Amino acid sequence: MTVHNLYIFDRNGSCLHYGEWNRKKEAGISKDEEFKLMYGMLFSIRSFCSKMSPLDMKDGFLSFQTSKYKLHYYETPTGIKIIMNTDLGVPNARDILHQIYSTLYVEYIVKNPLCVLGEQLSSDLFSTRLDLYIRALPFFSPRAA
Amino acid sequence: MAIFSVYVVNKAGGLIYQFDNYVPRAEAEKTFSYPLDLVLKIHDEKVVVSFGQRDGIRVGHALLSINGVDVNGKFTADGKEIIEYLKDSTNYPVSIRFGRARLSSNEKLMLASMFHSLFAIGSQLSPEVGSSGIEMLETDMFKLHCFQTLTGIKFIVLADPRQSGIDALLRKIYEIYSDFALKNPFYSLEMPIRCELFDQNLKGALEIAEKAGNFGPGS
Repeated sequence: MTVHNLYIFDRNGSCLHYGEWNRKKEAGISKDEEFKLMYGMLFSIRSFCSKMSPLDMKDGFLSFQTSKYKLHYYETPTGIKIIMNTDLGVPNARDILHQIYSTLYVEYIVKNPLCVLGEQLSSDLFSTRLDLYIRALPFFSPRAA
Repeated sequence: MAIFSVYVVNKAGGLIYQFDNYVPRAEAEKTFSYPLDLVLKIHDEKVVVSFGQRDGIRVGHALLSINGVDVNGKFTADGKEIIEYLKDSTNYPVSIRFGRARLSSNEKLMLASMFHSLFAIGSQLSPEVGSSGIEMLETDMFKLHCFQTLTGIKFIVLADPRQSGIDALLRKIYEIYSDFALKNPFYSLEMPIRCELFDQNLKGALEIAEKAGNFGPGS
């Protein structure tokens, strides 16, 4: 089991943070384009799900999986979106993403007066803490790190 | 546990078959007196609630019927504009039913081709080599399972998140498609499926899957 990469988007679709661990394939486009494509896909999936749903949803879209990876999605009421790609063996990662938001993002970004909200995160403290947190996850295996 | 609906999408992203197996009811009927204490607006040719969530009526719900008579888009059954009708105090008290709007066939076509592109983007953004598109999409209300055949046809099943045996069901639907649509001499490839036997067998398969979730070996 492993974690491939992690994206954090703000409510306007700009990518605040990107980190990767065991990524084996690039999308074949520039990072900027990739962020736009990812955000665009999630935006469409969200509206797709809300239209398809037979009943009113509470949390909405949670995750999707293909034959090779699983994408976990978490959105806060303020519109911050955290996306983590892992392999297929990882069960529901909603709590982990919520933890990243509440113990890392809120603590090191929101409470940091030097971080301007809505701009790419430049806090090294946040990056290192996030890296440590991901590496300490039970399903993060160091085989390719 | 339930299976909500089945979609078949051809390799170009066109919807060629759709079946609603079970539609859970989320509707609320209430009698109102003048003036109406909800704000309504017209969205996509339907009258929806835009403000004033109460008694099971939620923002985004569409107006489905007035005094027990189903409405027709933004018009009442006898052709009057609903918004105007509800402004007239002589029409009160009025009993209105609200609920999630049913998908029109146009919307279903649109959603099917939308999924077709999401499927492709899902495989492009893969961090691993050789990934397929979206095979399973999970929300808190339903799970969408998708099976793409080698010829590019996608079978999509919407089911309750706890429903098991959907993978077997998707393969069974492919089998039914091969047996009763492809082998039908009047069926032309890539076109909407209108075959009675396909319908019957699909319904049978859904029933079995809902009860047991298992088709046994070689069935």
